[in-house]
Amino acid sequence: MAIIDPRHAAKQLIYERIFRAATLGAAILVLLILGGVAISLVRGAWPAISHFGFSFVTREIWNPVTDEFGALAPIYGTVVTSVIAMLLAVPAGFGIALFLTELCPPMLKRPIGVAVELLAAVPSIIFGIWGLFVLAPVLQRHTQPWLIGHLGHISFVGSLFKGPPFGIGILTAGVVLAIMVLPFIAATMRDVFDTVPAMLKESGYGLGATTWEVMWNVVVPHSRVGIVGGMMLGLGRALGETMAVTFVIGNAHRISSSLLAPGTTISSAIANEFTEAVGDLYTSSLIALGLLLFLITFTVIAAAQAMLRRLEQRGGFAV
Amino acid sequence: MNRRALRKLKNAAFLFLSLIATMTGLACLGAILWTLLSHGLAGMSLHLFTQMTPPPGGQGGLLNALYGSGVMTLLGILIGSPIGVLAGTYLAEYGRNSRLSTVIRFINDVLLSAPSIIIGLFVYEIVVVRMGHFSAIAGALALAILAIPVTLRTTEDMLNLVPVGMKDSSAALGAYPWRTTLSVLYPAARSGIVTGLLLAIARISGETAPLLFTALNNQFWSTQLNAPMANLPVVIFQFALSPYKDWQDLAWAGALIITVTILILSISARVILSLLQAERGSGR
Amino acid sequence: MKMPNRLVVLAAAAALSYAAIAAATDISGAGATFPYPIYAKWADAYKKLTGIGLNYQSIGSGGGIKQIKAKTVTFGASDMPLKPDDLQAAGLLQFPMIIGGVVPVVNVKGVQPGQMHLDGATVASIYMGDITQWDDPQIKRLNPKLALPSTAIAPVYRSDGSGTNFLFSDYLSKVSPKFKSSIGANTSVQWPTGIGAKGNEGVANMTTQTDGAIGYVEYAYAKQNKMAYTLLTNKAGAAVAPSAESFQAAAANADWAHADGYYLILTDQAGAKSWPITGASFILVYKHPDDPAAVKEALKFFAWAYKDGASMAAELDYVPLPPALIAQVKKTWASEITVNGQPVWSGK
Repeated sequence: MAIIDPRHAAKQLIYERIFRAATLGAAILVLLILGGVAISLVRGAWPAISHFGFSFVTREIWNPVTDEFGALAPIYGTVVTSVIAMLLAVPAGFGIALFLTELCPPMLKRPIGVAVELLAAVPSIIFGIWGLFVLAPVLQRHTQPWLIGHLGHISFVGSLFKGPPFGIGILTAGVVLAIMVLPFIAATMRDVFDTVPAMLKESGYGLGATTWEVMWNVVVPHSRVGIVGGMMLGLGRALGETMAVTFVIGNAHRISSSLLAPGTTISSAIANEFTEAVGDLYTSSLIALGLLLFLITFTVIAAAQAMLRRLEQRGGFAV
Repeated sequence: MNRRALRKLKNAAFLFLSLIATMTGLACLGAILWTLLSHGLAGMSLHLFTQMTPPPGGQGGLLNALYGSGVMTLLGILIGSPIGVLAGTYLAEYGRNSRLSTVIRFINDVLLSAPSIIIGLFVYEIVVVRMGHFSAIAGALALAILAIPVTLRTTEDMLNLVPVGMKDSSAALGAYPWRTTLSVLYPAARSGIVTGLLLAIARISGETAPLLFTALNNQFWSTQLNAPMANLPVVIFQFALSPYKDWQDLAWAGALIITVTILILSISARVILSLLQAERGSGR
Repeated sequence: MKMPNRLVVLAAAAALSYAAIAAATDISGAGATFPYPIYAKWADAYKKLTGIGLNYQSIGSGGGIKQIKAKTVTFGASDMPLKPDDLQAAGLLQFPMIIGGVVPVVNVKGVQPGQMHLDGATVASIYMGDITQWDDPQIKRLNPKLALPSTAIAPVYRSDGSGTNFLFSDYLSKVSPKFKSSIGANTSVQWPTGIGAKGNEGVANMTTQTDGAIGYVEYAYAKQNKMAYTLLTNKAGAAVAPSAESFQAAAANADWAHADGYYLILTDQAGAKSWPITGASFILVYKHPDDPAAVKEALKFFAWAYKDGASMAAELDYVPLPPALIAQVKKTWASEITVNGQPVWSGK
């Protein structure tokens, strides 16, 4: 009995080649997409880069009428809002991860974990409108006047909190961003903490350490790489976030020392101005902003992924 | 004893803070959902699903936006997920740990977290400018590019979860990898791949930035793929920032619809995944 | 494939093929948010009448100019008229469609619509950051009977390229030399202080949301949303409220017949009843369009709007164009918009 008919085998081989080519093609397409994004950004940004040179990154001016553009205000806004977001979200995320891994009764672990992850699923535009209609008025009426009144006149810190309470501005954008990246940081940290071998923790407890001491002195050092990786992933998200920020940033191409002032970020500048940019230099400057954002987020995310991969490969076992 | 008491105090303090952090996180989720529900339900009515977006101060619904979002999401998934699934198959079956695969995995993870506005700019440059106008197909392409990394990652992970024994048995019977993949692996990883699709849909249906300069928006009902098409996120963007109460109500209702859809998709994906894990038990 | 899968695929294919079949052609336009309330109202009525829709993207005058130059729309709309040289260079024809007024609106506790009185110099000072609180003596002097709180002033301006912005900054430049030299007049200027918002809609929204805000919007927005607009002192020294009459008074002295390319700015006009920040909103089409059929449809819509849309315009306090001007515009259509020597517009 001929189990393998030579014609049949030949056809099977052809199918194999086709299938393999298709999968390989799809995989290469992924590479091409990233390459395409990079190339088209550079091409689009070229007129602006060649016209302004390096000064594009150091100037604050943004005048579509005289065709003078500088990326300093958007870069400043992007960085400052992301820093505020991280300052708020990292401790909170750490706290949530700590709670979920150590304190939480097993029955509640699942629902709370799911709830925190659902926060990550909420689309960013929802955060934007919530920020504008709910958070901003609260900040304008209560929090910001409190900040101005109590912190506005301390010598160094004071200049951060000067100015009229608009409700929207850099601080508000930072807070909204913090809520947005919180679930990512909390989830990554929790996953990392879960990989710490029970034996290590038990050894700590066996020596009489408290929960916090085990956390701080055993779990955290062990998951160092994962924690930093998770933080940087959160940072990458915060840097690139558009919709949540656009609603509450105030759209002012100005750098101000006060956190209560309106500002702009790279992504919200592009979102607001792109469809109306008249003139090649204006459009090109916006694409140049996009290129800057791409470079910044690529670096941060790549570094984060590298760290998290190292952790995965280590399998979480102690070195 | 004093030192011990101090340590205990510190412990209690930090654990308390972690409880506060968790409650704050949950409170934020609660506040957002509460706002969505209260404003969104107020704007809900049957009109939403039967009438088009109205001019300012007029009465209307979200039908064209819902249709547009549905069409572009569907197209985006139809274009993006086969690419993601095939590429994931390559990484799991053929490439494995080769140099190329490592690079592709890495690039994929970067694309997964990349700002979606950059993807919008990219599609603007290569599609909108070439075509000379905004279009639903450009929007769908932008969404497809966003869907690829999600489906690729899930497919690869799910395929890797299939017990090696099954692959080996198939190979022992003389099947080529393509045959094994199609007849054995895909069916076995079926629920996982579906999860990936659900997650991808959840991801792209909420995206606004990539649609801002690809599909733009349309006041009326349009079924042309070649023209700007209304879509829910951009409509919400426009309506929420307007001063008209009718428009703002519609924006909240639309926001509620999107969030509920995405939450249902995310929860379904999660449920399927946990069923899958329960099925597997400890078999790995 | 199993049955359910097959059905899904068939359904998807059907939906897609339906989507690909062309529907009735809509007229496409983009630009100014200034006239958007009335354009939207007209579009709705026109669609009910003829089944042809107007897909107007209200993205700001700057966006309208960009889109028409990029030929991605059939017509562009701008409140800042292009100069005759720019029109010539781009091959565009410009004509006025509707007249309206830009009004300052405020969000100050206790101040009702039409209660506050400001003048150009004060508004200029506010936007330059020289006046920062609502109980400033200069504002108090103009409003002796109004109880003004000491709230900080939050100026709201247009963050996008805007004809409304042009009209507002043009007026402020005319009444304040300091404003003219430091900020100037254009669709987009460098405001030294305040919050930016997109479109007339965004400014209206932001002003309503922020306590102590002042903004500038087209009158229809202030009216529709019951915002607290202010009175202004006009060139003749009289305090005047925004309304169709005051816009009409400002437009009454306009000499359209001698305006090359219909380039005419109506801010700070003489006349006791004139509203100081009046302006016309313009339409831009190509003189020799690539798609004459689309332009013809658009012109048919505009002709209908001139005639049957006047009452709707009046409801929103826009000022329809005087008949003599409409006749002049139609003559321009007939003579200037041609393809291969043949005029595109053949109606009356």
